[in-house]
Amino acid sequence: MRRAFITGAQAIVQGALDAGCDFFAGYPITPASPILAGMVRALPGRGGVAIQAEDEIASIGMCIGAAMAGRRAMTATSGPGISLYSENVGLAIMAEVPLVIVDVQRLGPATGGATTVAQGDLQFVRWGTSGGYPIVAFSPSDAAECYHLTMKAFAWAERLRAPVFLLADKEVVMTADTVDPDRLVPYPVEGRRLADPGKPYRPYAVEAPEDVPAFAPIGGPIVTRVNTSTHDEAGYLTKQPAKVDRLNRHLSAKIEAAAREIEDVVLDLLPGATTLIVSYGVSARSARDAVLELRRAGRAVSLAVLRSVWPLPARALSRALEGVRRVVVAELNLGQLRLEVERLAAGGREVSGVHRVDGELITPEEIARAVA
Amino acid sequence: MATRIGSDEQMQAPAATMLDPSRLPYPFCPGCGHGHILDALDRALVRLGRPAHEVAIVTDIGCVGLSDQYFVTHAFHGLHGRAVTYATGIKLARPELTVVVLIGDGGCGIGGHHLISAARRNVGVTVLVFDNFNFGMTGGQHSVLTPSGSITATTPAGNLEAPMDVAATAAVNGASFVARTTAFDPGLDALIYEALSTDGFALLDIWELCTAYFVPNNRFSRKAMEAMLASSGMASGVLVHRQRPELARTLASASQGAPASRVAPAAGGRAGGIEPRFQSRLERRRSLTLAGAAGEKVRSAATVLARAAVLSGLYATQRDDYPVTVMTGHSISELVVSPEPIGYTGVPAPDILVVTAPEGAGVTASLPSRMGPGTRIYVEHSLAGRIGATRASVEPFYADRLGKRAAALAVLAAVAEREGLVSAEALRASVDMESRETVAQEMRQALEERQTVWEPAAPSRKVT
Ligand code: SF4
Repeated sequence: MRRAFITGAQAIVQGALDAGCDFFAGYPITPASPILAGMVRALPGRGGVAIQAEDEIASIGMCIGAAMAGRRAMTATSGPGISLYSENVGLAIMAEVPLVIVDVQRLGPATGGATTVAQGDLQFVRWGTSGGYPIVAFSPSDAAECYHLTMKAFAWAERLRAPVFLLADKEVVMTADTVDPDRLVPYPVEGRRLADPGKPYRPYAVEAPEDVPAFAPIGGPIVTRVNTSTHDEAGYLTKQPAKVDRLNRHLSAKIEAAAREIEDVVLDLLPGATTLIVSYGVSARSARDAVLELRRAGRAVSLAVLRSVWPLPARALSRALEGVRRVVVAELNLGQLRLEVERLAAGGREVSGVHRVDGELITPEEIARAVA
Repeated sequence: MATRIGSDEQMQAPAATMLDPSRLPYPFCPGCGHGHILDALDRALVRLGRPAHEVAIVTDIGCVGLSDQYFVTHAFHGLHGRAVTYATGIKLARPELTVVVLIGDGGCGIGGHHLISAARRNVGVTVLVFDNFNFGMTGGQHSVLTPSGSITATTPAGNLEAPMDVAATAAVNGASFVARTTAFDPGLDALIYEALSTDGFALLDIWELCTAYFVPNNRFSRKAMEAMLASSGMASGVLVHRQRPELARTLASASQGAPASRVAPAAGGRAGGIEPRFQSRLERRRSLTLAGAAGEKVRSAATVLARAAVLSGLYATQRDDYPVTVMTGHSISELVVSPEPIGYTGVPAPDILVVTAPEGAGVTASLPSRMGPGTRIYVEHSLAGRIGATRASVEPFYADRLGKRAAALAVLAAVAEREGLVSAEALRASVDMESRETVAQEMRQALEERQTVWEPAAPSRKVT
């Protein structure tokens, strides 16, 4: 059985290509630069366009323009770049732009630690633009998941016509990893729903609030309007309260309605276990090692690894919490997922966290100690 | 339903107008220059003769941002200052389109960098600058194009800053076509038409009146504006008209090449990847830190070993650390090899530490004290004194006779064999996977010499 020895960056590039990505724009930033370099090499030979923009704002701006002209677009950056993406993330939500945004997390606010690992952007990608709307985000813990979840990010970006984050991190993206081919699982990516050329087209018309409007590309035979300001169903500016309300509720409803299908959690539940470890991203690797160790030592512990982090997979987590008295959350920040788990676990459960913000990975021993 | 979007009639070229009569009149203040420019744009588009669905109008924020909704073309209304970036994405996605960007003088400030880069790239979009020297929509504040001394809401004593010459800026940065005129110029239609027909980046700086703010604040008028244009020192008319390759089509033709190979094996392992075909007697997870210096090919040596492990049916991870100045200082690779899939990839205290250079010794100086019994440190003999107190066993090696580019791999191969990580055959097969033959050749040489690292170099004998 052939195995791959690849970095997460290579897996993300391959996942994007297999998802039909044909447009990429990015700006160099450690630790996301290998994705930019990979796409610049891979796309031209496949009829795609990849370009290094003058800054992060232009990177996401070009992707948005290309996406609305019909391309499958992706960009990749790290926390400082996501900060600059913020306003355009809002645009992508408002104008209903399908777009995959890779955030290769690194440590600290501002420029922080360029080459140090962290998981500090969990709440940032969730709330990182004005107005407060739901976001979809997936978090891979190894190269195989980088491949699968990149494709899944494309699938949901296209289906929902919304920006979708791949919340990766320096360690998963830059470390070379051995991948068993049966774990390189593709995810089917269907294109966005297209407008019917036989009917009059209103670019933002939906029947039910949770529906996704049919798409007509800029430059295609059906003339369309893209509008980042509050707009009516025809794409014209509006201030009419009923239309404004309908638009804003729709932007939330379409994602909330899909939450159950987006939910992606790997549960390893042991019957009778009263302790649950919850983790995601690179820390989930240590959590898996810790669970193996603890079980070898006769401890009954369960494990929940989140692969979709937003919308928060509340149903799967609630199921994992049944019968549990103690929860340990492992993540490379000071408790961003723990905050969410505390709310779900309310009612007599003790929730604690294993957190590091020193640029080092959480060790399996630290998690095991927190459980013991 | 008022909108006519998507209706068939607008696809019949040539149209008499690209404006949507059902949405007119324009919403601008009486005397505002915006309407003049939009009328001129309409006439130029009609003359261009392309159907509405082959034209995209991208607007910025401000009063000018209201403009796209009066046209029957594709429209994109985006964020302040970023219109050029969306237009670039649209053009790169569909090089055959006519893409027009409408921005104000405000957009030239916040999006100035994008204008410069669009000119440099010579991406085939046309930018019309609705230049009335101040922000209209937000209440008459000064912009980067406000003349010195002008009164605005935010320069009550007169503007202290010099205005940017946006046309000259586009011209010196590579634009194919640049012109400056006023909204009253009877030749405006022709200039816009020329810009739209340009195969490359085109920018028109069109001076006009903001009757709500700039006119009353500065006793400004058409005459005053025309006098200012004559005396400002800024060039007017056509500044630049030149041939340069247009970016979108250049990139599109570059896309015709043969598909590149996969970077990861296809699902099910049908293509690409590494087929394990050697044996390893490794029974448990082992970690190894290779600590060397830039120029020693530390990372590629580590990859040879990691790949040899995968060729031997093991799992491997490799992570590298080096300073941002890659050609100087330390170069460290951390490897984990294991018969089981690897979870935690960290190596806080390795089972094996290999030190080949003082730079590496410095960065890993805290490791020896953390290493336990049964672990081993292999150190270049001249650096042995730099290894502090440790419970690891310390063994010197002698790489003096090997070149700087060969030592790390030769030592790593020797250690891998001695530690029972992988066989020499697996290492050779791993080297064979190098894509560049010259590199592979060098590496084979290093592998051949691996056993010499355990022997002190013979003292040179004088031949008598
Ligand atoms: S505020 Fe100025 S720019 Fe805006 S419409 Fe009125 S005159 Fe024109």
